Amino acid sequence: MTPALSKSERIVSRTNDYTCNEMRKIELYEMGWNLKDGLRECLVAAAPYGGPISLLKGHNRRSPSARPQLEIYSSSGLPLASFPWKSGVVKQLGWTVSDDLLCVQEDGTVLVYDLLGGFKRHFSMGNEVSQSQVLETKIFHSPYGTGVAILTGALRFTLATNIDDIKLRRLPEVPGLQGAPSCWAVLTQDRQSKVLVANGSHLFILDNTACTPVTPPGLSPQASSIVHMCVSFSYKYLALLTDSGHVWMGTSNLKEKLSEVDTKIKTPPKQMAWCRRPKSQQPSAVVMWDGLLIVVGECKETIQYHLDDDSILVPELDGVRIISGTHHELLQEVPGACEEIFKIASMAPGALLLEAHKEYEKESQKADEYLREIKEQSLLSEAVRQCVEAAGHEHEPETQKTLLRAASFGKCFLSNFPPEQFVSMCRDLRVLNAVRDYTVGIPLTHTQFKQMTVQVLIDRLVYRKLYPLAIEICRYLKTPEYQGVSRVLKHWACYKVQQKEESDEVIAKAVSVKLADAAGIFYSEIATKAYESGRTELAIKLLEFEPRSGEQVPLLLKMKKSPLALSKAIESGDTDLVYTVVMYLKNELNRGDFFMMLRNQPVALSLYKQFCKHQEQDTLKDLFNQDDDHEELGNLYVKASYKEQRLEARIALLQSAVDEYYKAKNEFSAKTTEDEMRLLRFQRKLEEEKGELLVGFSLHDTMTTLLSVGLHKHAEQLYKDFRVPDKRFWWLKLKSLAEKEDWEELEKFGKSKKSPIGYLPFVEVCIKHHNKYEAKKYVSKVTPEQKVKAHLAVGDMEGAAEAAIERRNESEISTVLSRCSATTDHLLMERLNRAKATAVKK
Amino acid sequence: MHAISYSHVMQGFPNFFCQPNLREDKLQPRDFHILFVPRRSLLCEQRLKEKGVLNSFTNIDEYILDLIPYDGDLLSMESESSFRECYLENDQTSLYHAAKGLMTLQALYGTIPQIFGKGECARHVANMMLRMKREFAGSQTQILPVFDTLLLLDRNVDLLTPLATQLTYEGLIDEIFGITNGYVKLPPEKFAQKKQGEGGKELPTEPKKLQLNSAEELYAEIRDKNFNAVGAALSKKAKIISAAFEERHNAKTVGEIKQFVSQLPHMQAARSSLANHTSIAELIKDITTSEDFFDSLTVEQEFMTGVDTDKVSTYIEDCIAQKDPLIKILRLVCMQSVCNNGLKQKVLDYYKKEILQTYGYKHILTLKNLERVGLLKPQSTMRNNYPTIRKTLKLWMEDANEQNPNDISYVYSGYAPLSVRLTQVLARPGWRSIEEVLKMLPGPHFEERQQVPTGLHKKRQPGENRTILVFFLGGVTYAEIAALRFLSNMEDSGTEYIIAATKLINGTSWIKSLMDSPEENLP
Repeated sequence: MTPALSKSERIVSRTNDYTCNEMRKIELYEMGWNLKDGLRECLVAAAPYGGPISLLKGHNRRSPSARPQLEIYSSSGLPLASFPWKSGVVKQLGWTVSDDLLCVQEDGTVLVYDLLGGFKRHFSMGNEVSQSQVLETKIFHSPYGTGVAILTGALRFTLATNIDDIKLRRLPEVPGLQGAPSCWAVLTQDRQSKVLVANGSHLFILDNTACTPVTPPGLSPQASSIVHMCVSFSYKYLALLTDSGHVWMGTSNLKEKLSEVDTKIKTPPKQMAWCRRPKSQQPSAVVMWDGLLIVVGECKETIQYHLDDDSILVPELDGVRIISGTHHELLQEVPGACEEIFKIASMAPGALLLEAHKEYEKESQKADEYLREIKEQSLLSEAVRQCVEAAGHEHEPETQKTLLRAASFGKCFLSNFPPEQFVSMCRDLRVLNAVRDYTVGIPLTHTQFKQMTVQVLIDRLVYRKLYPLAIEICRYLKTPEYQGVSRVLKHWACYKVQQKEESDEVIAKAVSVKLADAAGIFYSEIATKAYESGRTELAIKLLEFEPRSGEQVPLLLKMKKSPLALSKAIESGDTDLVYTVVMYLKNELNRGDFFMMLRNQPVALSLYKQFCKHQEQDTLKDLFNQDDDHEELGNLYVKASYKEQRLEARIALLQSAVDEYYKAKNEFSAKTTEDEMRLLRFQRKLEEEKGELLVGFSLHDTMTTLLSVGLHKHAEQLYKDFRVPDKRFWWLKLKSLAEKEDWEELEKFGKSKKSPIGYLPFVEVCIKHHNKYEAKKYVSKVTPEQKVKAHLAVGDMEGAAEAAIERRNESEISTVLSRCSATTDHLLMERLNRAKATAVKK
Repeated sequence: MHAISYSHVMQGFPNFFCQPNLREDKLQPRDFHILFVPRRSLLCEQRLKEKGVLNSFTNIDEYILDLIPYDGDLLSMESESSFRECYLENDQTSLYHAAKGLMTLQALYGTIPQIFGKGECARHVANMMLRMKREFAGSQTQILPVFDTLLLLDRNVDLLTPLATQLTYEGLIDEIFGITNGYVKLPPEKFAQKKQGEGGKELPTEPKKLQLNSAEELYAEIRDKNFNAVGAALSKKAKIISAAFEERHNAKTVGEIKQFVSQLPHMQAARSSLANHTSIAELIKDITTSEDFFDSLTVEQEFMTGVDTDKVSTYIEDCIAQKDPLIKILRLVCMQSVCNNGLKQKVLDYYKKEILQTYGYKHILTLKNLERVGLLKPQSTMRNNYPTIRKTLKLWMEDANEQNPNDISYVYSGYAPLSVRLTQVLARPGWRSIEEVLKMLPGPHFEERQQVPTGLHKKRQPGENRTILVFFLGGVTYAEIAALRFLSNMEDSGTEYIIAATKLINGTSWIKSLMDSPEENLP
C-alpha cells in the first residue's frame, strides 16, 4: 500500500512523447463553515500562504434593508469575524502581506480591516477613480508590499504599489480600447509594477511612461481574442487563454514560449492560475470552468477534475488551493522526492529504504537484502535524504513518521552522516502540524514555510491572537528571546491594554507580571497602544516599566506630560533628547511658563542657554534677568560691545556692563571696565589730535605706540593715570627706546632715577640690538649678584672672572669656565680653577 | 557624494546647504546626502528644516564615531571642547557620548566588572553606563571580559598636570609643535633632502608632515622617554644601524647576501626614521637649552614644590612686562593658583590687572572662564591642602632619574602627575589608603560593580596582568600617557593600562579652549 494515496488521489497521465506532470490533490480540510449557498454569488478572497478567507455575501444588493454580510474565516472554515457591511458597494476583496483585509469600493475608497474584523483605516485611490468609478480591480503583492490596481470607468489604470506608502500612478492610455479589456493582470518586472492588458488579440504592456504593444512568441493564429491570463506566483511566467481554447504558456517577459495546449473548451473560464513548483522543469497551469478543472502542462494531454461545487482557486508558491463550499484541497505537482519513493515499482534508493524499514519492522530478513542493495550502490545517504525530504512534503503525520523512521533507520548504517537536515525537518514538521491543525487553520506546505520564515509565521499567529501557541513555537525553535517570546508578549500586552472592561491597575499589573522576565521588552510601544486607545493613565503606568528613559520621552510629550518628559530626557543623559523636549516646550508654552519650567531643571536650562548663546542673544538676556544674574548680564554687554562699530555705542554698552558688575558686587570687573572706557576715550582723543591709530589697543600697546612716535608725555600720563607698576613701565620704555635706537634718551632714562628692574635688562636689551658700546655703560651699575651675567653678556671674560672670583661662588665660576675657550683664555682658566677649588673647600 | 562632518551644530554648516548654487543646480541634478559625524543632531536638522532644505536630502544618516583608536593602547574621542562644555557651560553632551562609547567598547570586549571613578563627570558617566546597561538587558553578547577595571577620572581632579611643561620626547613635540590627529607639522629646514648634485638648490617651504605612532619602531622606543635620555638612545640606535649596514662586508655566500638584501628595506626605513628623529631632537634641543625655557621650568618647579606660591612672582611679572605669549602667562598664573589652592585676593587682582593692561581688556572674559573652572581662584579661608596632597601622593620626587627611571615622576623631571598617582595607588594598595586625600580633591569618588554572566568570570593565570582602562574626562596629556605606559611596563606592576580620553591635550591647547575672544565673533 502506498500511504500517500490514503487520502489523496493521484492522477498519472502519460503520452508517447513526454512524461507529463504528475499531480496530486490533497484534502486539507473539510470546511467548518456552514454556507447555505456555497460560494455562489459571493465575493471571495483568500490570502496566500494558507491565510484567512473573506466572504461578502450578496455584495450586489443595493437596498439598505438587506445589507450584505462580511465574514472572515480561517482556512479551515472557522469563523473569525462577521459583521454587516454598511459602507459602499464593494468591487473587490483582497488580503495584504500582513493579513489585513482590503475592501475596494466602487468609488475607489479602500477600507482596511484586520483579520478579526477590526476597522484600521481607509484611503482613497484618487479623484479620477472616484469620479469615473471602479470597473475592475486587482490586489497584488510585490517586494514592496501589497498593491492595488484599478481599471476605471474611463478605461484608465491607476496603481498603488504599496498601500502603506501610497503613491498613486496613473498609467498611460491603451490605444483603441472601446470597452473593458478582455483581460488584464499586474506584473512586477525590473523593480516596477506593470499592467499587461489584452484587447481582443492585441496585448499591451503599460508602465509608468508608455503603452507598448507586445506579441507572445508562437501564439497559435486561430485565436482572435485573449480571454484570460494569469501570472505565476513569482511573476516569472505568464499563461494566456484564447477564445479558441488554447492555453499559451511562456515567460512573463514574453521572450520565450514554453508550451501551448488545446483545452478544447471554448467557453470563457471562471478562473485560471499557475500551479508550478519552484525548480520544476515543466510549466503547468490550472483552468477552472463551472464543474470542471483542467491542468495543462507541457504535453498535449490535459488532466481533468470534476468539481461538484462552486470553487475558487488560490495560487500558492508551490501549487493551487481549491476552496469549495465544503472542502479545501491542495493541488500540486508531486514533489520529486515523493514521486521517487511512492512511484509504483520504484527502485529509487528512498523507496528501497522505506521498503527495507517495513521489512525490518516485520522482522523479516528481506530488510537486509534491500539495505544491501542500496549500500552496494553507495546510495544510502541519498536514500536517507530522499526520505527526509519526502517527509517534509507529506501532510499526513503518519506518512511523515513512516518516512522519518525509515530515514532514521538508514542513518544507523551510516557513519558521519550530518544530522542537521533530519533534526530540523523533525522540528519544522512539528511546527507545521501544529499550525495546520483544524483549530488554527494555516495549511502551510514545507516549501511555503521556508519561504515565509518563522518570524512571519509568528506574526501571523499573533495577528490571530494565538499567543500561547506562538510562544510555544518560539520556545520550541529556540528563537532568540527578543525576536521571539518577547515580541509575542509585547503583542499580547498591546492587545491586553485595549480591553476596556478591565481597570488600569489590573491591566498594568497583569502586563508587568507576565512580562517581568522577558528580555528586551519595549514598554513604550505598549504604552503608546494604551494611549491610542484613550487610556492615558494606563500609558503612564506602563511607561514606568520602560527602562530606556529615552523611549519614554516622545510618548510623554504626545500625552502632554511635558514636565515628566523633560525630567526623563535629562535622566537619559542624551542631550539631543533634552533639546527635543526643550524645543517642543518652547513652542507649546508661553514664555513665562517655559522659563519657570527650565528654572527647575538646571541641566535643561544650561543647554538652552547654550542654544541661545548662538541663536537668540535676546532670549539669553531675558533668562539672566529672570535669574538676577548680573555677572552674566555684564559679560553679555561686554561681548555685545565688541560687535559695535561706533565708539559711543561701544562705551554705552560697557557702561551697562559696569552697572551690572556693580550690582553683582564684582568691584574688580566694574573698575577694569571703567578703566577700559577711560582708555577708549583717551585713545580717541589722541587719534583725533595726533592721527595715530590707537582705538582698541591694550594700555601696554598704546604706551608702546606713543613712545615709538615720541609722545613721551602722553605715555607718562597714561602711566600715572592707570597706575602702571614702575617695573612694567621701565621695561616698556627701555624696550621702546632701544627699538628706536634712541640711545641718548635711553641713557637719560637710565639716570632719571634708580631703576626698579635693575640694570641687567639695560645691558641685555642693548646687546640684543647689537650695541655693545652702550651695553658696557650699564655693566658697572648692575647688582653684584648679576655682575657675572652682565660681564658675560658684553663678552668681557676678564670682568666676569673677576666678579665670580670675588663672590667666591662655585656655580658662577663654573659658568664662566664653560664660556672660556681653551686657546685664548688659558691663564684665566687656571685662575678660575684655583678659585673654584678654594670655593669648594669652603 | 560628499561626506560632511561637523564639529558644532551652531556653526555655519546648515547655511552651507542653503546657498543658491547648491539649491538651484539645474544643470546637473544631484542627490544630496547627509552623513552626520560623530552623531546625528536634532538641532542641526531643525536648523536645516527652518531653512527649508531638509527635504532636499535623499538620505540623512549618521556615522557614530565615539572612540577613535590612536595607538595600540590609546583611544580618544577628539572632542575638542569637551572640558569647556562640561566644566564651563554645563553641557554634558560629550559625557553622554563617552558613556555610549564605553557601551560600544563593552559590547566588543565584554562587560567591565569593576568601575572606579573620581569627580562629578565620572559619576555622571558611570550612572549613564549603568542605566544603559539596564536598557540593553537581554541583548548582551556573551564575551569574556578583556578589561578588569574601568577608572573614570575627571580632569578637574587634577588641574595641575596639564599646566606643567611635559618633558617626555612626545610631550615636548606636542608642547612645541603641536600634534593633531597623530600628525605633527615641523619646520622644513632641518629636513631638506641632501642629494648630491642638486647641492642645496632650494629649501622646501612646505612644513614637513610626519605621522607619529608606535608602528614606527624607533619612535615607540623613545616617545615616552624623558627628553634628556633621548640623545643617548638615538646615538645607540645610530650605532646599531650602521653596524647592521656594515654586515654587508661579512656577507660572503650568495645566501648571506640574499639575507642581507632582504633586510635592506627594513634597515633603510630605520635609517630614515633615525634621521627624522635626530632632526626633531635637534629642533627641540634648541628650545630646551634656551635660557627662557630654563627659567620658566625653574618657576614651574618652584610652584610645584611650594616655593613662594603665595606672593607675586617676579618672573611672571617680568614676562608680562616683556609681553611674552599670553598663554604662557596664563599657564603659569593658573599653576601658581592651583599649587597654592587659590591666590590671595590682592595677588590675584594684581595679576589680572597686569594681564588686562598688557594684553587688552578683551581678555576679561577669558579670566572669568578660568575662574569658573577653578584654574584661578581667590584663596578661601580654608587651609592650603596642596602640600598635604603633594606629600601623601609623593607628587614631587627629588631624585627623579631621567635616564633609567624608577618612578613616573621622570615625565616631568621631578613632578609625578597626580592623575597617574591616583591610578597607581588604585592598583596597589587601593584607594582606601588615601581616603583623606581623595576627600580633598573635588567631586565624589566611588566604586561600582557590574554583574558579569556566570561562566564569563575571568580566571587569571598566575603571572597574567590585570587590565585597567583609564578614561580621562576632559583630556589627557602625552606625559600622562607616558607615565601610564611606564607603569604598564614596570616589571612587577602586574597591571596593564589602556588609556581613553575625550581629547589629547596639552596646557596650551587646553587653556586655548577656555579662552573667549569677543572680537572673533565680529560679523
